[in-house]
Amino acid sequence: MTADKIKNALDKPAWWHSSLVEKGKDKVFIAFAFVAALWGIAALAGLLVYVFSDSLGWVDWQFITSRPSRFAEKAGVWPVLLGSFYLILLVGIMVLPLGVFAAIYLEEYARDGKLKRFIETNIANLAGVPSIVYGLLGLGLFVGLFGLPIGCLLVASMTLMLRVLPIVIVSSQEAIRSVPDSQRFAALGMGMTRWQMISSVVLPEAFPGILTGLILALANAMGETAPLIMVGVAHSIFSPPRGLLSAFGALPLQIFAWSDYPQNEFQHGVVPAAIVVLLTTLILLNGTAVYLRHRFSVKKR
Amino acid sequence: MGIDRRRIVISDPPHKLEKRVRILFFSAAVLSVVVTVGIVAVLLVDSVVFFKNVSLWDFMMGSEWAPTIKPYRYGVLPILSGTVTFTLTTALIALPVGLLTAVFLAEYAPPRLRAVLKPALEILAGIPTVVYGYFALVYVTPFLRNFFPDISTFNVLSASIVVAIMIIPTISSISEDAIRAVPDKLRYGAYGLGMTRFQTIRTVVLPSALSGITSSFILGISRVIGETMAVTIAAGRMPRIVNLLNLSDTFLKPIQTMTSAMVEVGLSDVSGDSPAYMSLYAVGFLLFLFTLALNLISQKIKKKFREKYQ
Repeated sequence: MTADKIKNALDKPAWWHSSLVEKGKDKVFIAFAFVAALWGIAALAGLLVYVFSDSLGWVDWQFITSRPSRFAEKAGVWPVLLGSFYLILLVGIMVLPLGVFAAIYLEEYARDGKLKRFIETNIANLAGVPSIVYGLLGLGLFVGLFGLPIGCLLVASMTLMLRVLPIVIVSSQEAIRSVPDSQRFAALGMGMTRWQMISSVVLPEAFPGILTGLILALANAMGETAPLIMVGVAHSIFSPPRGLLSAFGALPLQIFAWSDYPQNEFQHGVVPAAIVVLLTTLILLNGTAVYLRHRFSVKKR
Repeated sequence: MGIDRRRIVISDPPHKLEKRVRILFFSAAVLSVVVTVGIVAVLLVDSVVFFKNVSLWDFMMGSEWAPTIKPYRYGVLPILSGTVTFTLTTALIALPVGLLTAVFLAEYAPPRLRAVLKPALEILAGIPTVVYGYFALVYVTPFLRNFFPDISTFNVLSASIVVAIMIIPTISSISEDAIRAVPDKLRYGAYGLGMTRFQTIRTVVLPSALSGITSSFILGISRVIGETMAVTIAAGRMPRIVNLLNLSDTFLKPIQTMTSAMVEVGLSDVSGDSPAYMSLYAVGFLLFLFTLALNLISQKIKKKFREKYQ
């Protein structure tokens, strides 16, 4: 096909190639492509400036340590911030072993064949399932079938764990794959068993990469709202979670609940403040991941 | 090189521990398959209960959606129409911009600019959709009112704009991979003929990368269909059949998508055995089937473009 295209171009008269018009088009196209590449970032930057300027005077110690309230001046995010924190802590505890074990199997044990391909296709598809469908899975499975209390911390964290599992598996696979085979052969040559080789050579070497993927997955989980709504997590809550089976609230869900309040102090005060708290947490998480990735790649060289 | 490390046979008699960890790792890998089976089973079981109460015909062909307000109606067409409208509008913005971004990153951007732009673009995808929904409602819609005075508070256009911003990285990163996979000798051939860069891109690079670009488009569209919070907050909750020929009716008025309809039922106090609750699963199943089909197609096409240059 490509050869045909080149032949087509050859058949064009000479002026077609060198005309000023074409050179002009080239310049216009570069400009378009440049604007396109910057457009999303510029739009987001603009929106962030708005949100930060609206949040000025709202994000303070009182806001972080208070409970949600119908009155804008008294409103705060403490219970939901803590709820989100416990949520991603639990997700992390559950997803790390499951994701890493699956990745070890796929990279170190499974031979290239139908089974491995089937599992990998399956993981890729799971990554594309809308998060709200995971909410239905959590509701149907953990609440409907296992009878766990609706909207409790355990149900929500298990649901989000399943949601981010594909991310952790794929990133752990990449980290394990990047460990050079020479190190594996050296370990095996010294008479190690496969598990000894994995646990003492491969995993320590791949650990920073695995951690990077985990943190990105947790940042993802922290921003999720739709699955939490489906499993019945409370929109507004006044106390931090007391246990695995207790009701709790999460920051994004509180933002969603507040965004329904028509008052200007909420639209241009409380909600931006809560968004700034959420984005700051996410930036801290993502920043850690970027730092780890950077240190990891420097060490490799 | 040359040795498949998984085929190395270790001559020591295998320890019990070795077998046990192997089984443990295998079960973890199989868990992902179990999750898929679980999703299908959960959706299927409750959908079947739903279709005992409401006929498949009424669901697929009904033109009214009112699962929680009497008289109850479970016609999926209004929310399907909302989903289609929202997806088309978003695609109209995101696909060209995403592709142009990919071309810029792969063909024009100097390496140092690229090193800054790529992670910056990734930030777009990392922002929670609930935040994008708020952006659309509170900042984008009032801004659009300058150009379209009769735009509703809840409307398709502003939700589409923010979701388009969100999925640009999805489209641009896969398209960029495809464009980079086009061998340089094709480009040099074109340059050697005296083509400009734009001519080269238009006649050689883009056609060669077409399958990868298509794959990124399909994946992006699948993301838009499943997107929930931005449409719930910014596009309104008005289930209606959209007239795609009347542009102001299409873009400037509220709609309801399948996902936002699910959120609305999820937020209401419907009991666990009512048809309204079961309708969640029927709509969820439809949504799952759509996105699964699109994801599978996208993967198939992507695999094709990978194999082409090996």
